[in-house]
Amino acid sequence: MSEKLVVIGNGMAGIRTVEELLKIDPLAFDITVFGAEPYGNYNRIMLSPVLTGEKAFDEIVTHDEQWYVDNAITLHKGKEIIEIDRVNRKVIASDGTQADYDRLLIATGSNPFVIPVPGNDLEGVVTFRDMHDVNIMLDTSKQHKHAVVIGGGLLGLEAANGLMQQGMSVTVVHLMDTLMERQLDEAASNMLRASLEERGLNFLMAAQTETIIGKDRVEKVRFKDGTEIYADLVVMAVGIRPNIELAKKAGIHCERGIVVSDTLQTFDPRVYAVGECVQHRGMTYGLVAPLFEMAKVCANHLAKHGIGRYEGSVTSTKLKVTGIDLFSAGDFTGDETTDELVFQDKASGVYRKLVVKDNKIQGAVMYGDTIDGTWYFDLLRDETDISDMRKNILFGQAHLGDSGHGEENRVAAMSDTAEICGCNGVCKGDIVNAINAKKLLTLEEVRAHTKASSSCGSCTGLVEAILANTVGGDYSTAPHLKPMCACTDMTHDDVRAAIVNKELKTVRDVMTGLEWKTSDGCAKCRTSLNYYVVCAWPKEGLDDYQSRFINERVHANIQKDGSYSVIPRMWGGGTSPKELRAIADVAEEYGVETVHVTGGQRIGLYGLKKEDLPTIWKKFSDAGMVSGHAYGKALRTVKTCVGKEWCRFGTQDSTHLGVELEKMTWGSWTPHKFKMAASGCPRNCAEATIKDFGVVCVDSGYELHVGGNGGVKVRATDFLCNVKTEDEVLEYAAAFMQLYRQEAHYLERTAPWLERVGLSYVKENIVENDEYRKELAALFRESQKYMQADPWAERANGTDKHEFEPIATITVGKTATTA
Amino acid sequence: MSAVKKEDKNWIEVGQIDDVPKLGARVIKTDDGNIGLFRTADDEIFALRDECPHKKGPLSQGIVHGKKVTCPLHNWNINLDSGEAVAPDEGCTASFPIKIEGSTIYIAI
Repeated sequence: MSEKLVVIGNGMAGIRTVEELLKIDPLAFDITVFGAEPYGNYNRIMLSPVLTGEKAFDEIVTHDEQWYVDNAITLHKGKEIIEIDRVNRKVIASDGTQADYDRLLIATGSNPFVIPVPGNDLEGVVTFRDMHDVNIMLDTSKQHKHAVVIGGGLLGLEAANGLMQQGMSVTVVHLMDTLMERQLDEAASNMLRASLEERGLNFLMAAQTETIIGKDRVEKVRFKDGTEIYADLVVMAVGIRPNIELAKKAGIHCERGIVVSDTLQTFDPRVYAVGECVQHRGMTYGLVAPLFEMAKVCANHLAKHGIGRYEGSVTSTKLKVTGIDLFSAGDFTGDETTDELVFQDKASGVYRKLVVKDNKIQGAVMYGDTIDGTWYFDLLRDETDISDMRKNILFGQAHLGDSGHGEENRVAAMSDTAEICGCNGVCKGDIVNAINAKKLLTLEEVRAHTKASSSCGSCTGLVEAILANTVGGDYSTAPHLKPMCACTDMTHDDVRAAIVNKELKTVRDVMTGLEWKTSDGCAKCRTSLNYYVVCAWPKEGLDDYQSRFINERVHANIQKDGSYSVIPRMWGGGTSPKELRAIADVAEEYGVETVHVTGGQRIGLYGLKKEDLPTIWKKFSDAGMVSGHAYGKALRTVKTCVGKEWCRFGTQDSTHLGVELEKMTWGSWTPHKFKMAASGCPRNCAEATIKDFGVVCVDSGYELHVGGNGGVKVRATDFLCNVKTEDEVLEYAAAFMQLYRQEAHYLERTAPWLERVGLSYVKENIVENDEYRKELAALFRESQKYMQADPWAERANGTDKHEFEPIATITVGKTATTA
Repeated sequence: MSAVKKEDKNWIEVGQIDDVPKLGARVIKTDDGNIGLFRTADDEIFALRDECPHKKGPLSQGIVHGKKVTCPLHNWNINLDSGEAVAPDEGCTASFPIKIEGSTIYIAI
């Protein structure tokens, strides 16, 4: 018989935890849920759009009653638990319903704070917390005119905006003299106030409520200074308090919230708590993102998978008032040890401030254009050193040499037909519809349902912004430490470290040793793991071909019709009549329809049949040609110009250098494709400044450039350093490649990796630390000893024959005659 | 994988279990299109029409994990036993009965 799990609280935190638990182990528990409200689970964050009339209640229900039935969960709605009997391990509801538990999850959320003034119990005085409150507000707005919202924070402003949309005349009363002082600095706050005033809201700042006056229902509000204003409705939105009464009564240790450990357990280890009711490492949270992170860890622990720990959240805020873009995160006030970077254009309504300490972002406030909010937030959480981009950082990610989506960054203003994901042809409208219709909450879910941002990923920022705009801000933030995939809770970095430290030398060992949740992993993690194993253990690690993507398994590029392309290597872009003849012969003999010169100075043959590949490779092998690895996450090409040998401007022998670079690096596997180029002079005909590693020859030697790429998001390289000799170029190239190979995540190109770790970090390791550079270069050369066997020649000689031949050929016709 | 005798089926011998790599696949060529023959980690064998329901990607070229294969073209996951796409994707490819006798694989088409 399964153990019994009882959940107190049918809100977002409790149900999210149950959902996570069902994903991991649907049979672990008999689950019973008690909820005080008479509904299934709905998205509380979306009460604001219900109040404005932008959404109906049905649209914000995330789990209807059928969901509980489908998942064999017993739901007691409208039943409030009044007692937890920890001795007999049962809970008792107000109507006498009882339920036994083996594990108990408290997710009672929080209560709105009602200020203790006379008249706060009059009819027409409400809080803004649940659907019941919203219904009262909507009803009142139909019959009355004057609304007063007490509280100029996030919730208060959303309530005020909603009531105004419903036709009421609204005054916001705030104790402080700036709005949202916990999320905004003075400048942004003033811009927000001006914009809201323009829309018709009235403000009474620095006003302390003294009495709410009325006979049966509210009539007026009086302040300390004696002024009075008319009010038919008073909304108290001054804050929330963790709802801990029940836990406290049961003797569970509480301070401001129910105190929990990193595994979300209270002082009674059978009792867990998640969401707004908890206090973790001294912090309480009133936003959704932390709650999701808690739910994941808690579910993991309940399912006894327990390697996850909740280590607290850094949160960001976004106001859900249509047309107002506002973002804040971290500590944006600063002190004497911090610097402020500020960009302000009042006329255009744009304001951005970053608080920076030791070149790391501590906090951010943005008003007007917030598309870069998620980017700043990532930099904040990753503690990225921003010294290299400090001069441009306020202009946003688009101005870091990335010409990807240009000006298209105000998603709210984009039309529904604007294409967001160019790879999969997904428009803004498709994404918004999917989010609304399928009630999607996370980037992963949007990817799964719409395919947007699931291919090249360049539109991820836009998709996150649309998600934030559609469902409310704090959903959009992916967890800080992202697990590799659904098969594990470990991050790429954790896994890489464990492969080295625990000496895991096969993909199977990694999955067993690190307690993978799935039997064989998935296409995402297996390919990553295989690369990490091969990179860490070039000699003795097992290269598992069944964990390689098809292109790397058969050493050719699969095309959309299932045929393959073949692109032989041409060292440094040079070729010869003999090689060209071999290519021409193959093209004719195998009826190649398309012969194409690639961007990397190679010749590609397209439309070849898989079973012909080994014999084609034999022909190339006989002509002295090897695999071009045009199919791999590997060294691709070294593009060159003809250099000083021919060109009247050439300063060095760039062609020779290119060949040497390619001879040294070919065959190496890298986290993502890796391209190089060597140009003979600063005219840079080989386009070295958009390569992963580029060399620009100058009269005095060689300029080295790193982290560039063309393609989806063009990024020009960063200048690494100057060197004097070819040997040095080779050493720096080997060291840079090895650092990238060892530290980047699988499928992360040098450009995003460099932006993540910072150019300074790379310089410290490659340029300033001679010893470490030499060590890295030596590691690279050692690894290459095992990587430079030509895979084409091996397969021409019979390796992996089964990959290329059918197991059987049978004739069935329509009437199955064979037996 | 069924050891039950089904005399009404035309069982066609296609090869040995070890001809198919673990967590891998082979192709059976037929005059009615290719069939992918898949082998899981615990040596179960499945046969599916070698066409992803999405854009006809050759499933036999995908990565096998659990009882699923990931299409090499756009990463749809297809259930090996039913041929159904894993939600939220929707679609189905034909699956064929397989019989194992000793280490010999038979398929019924």
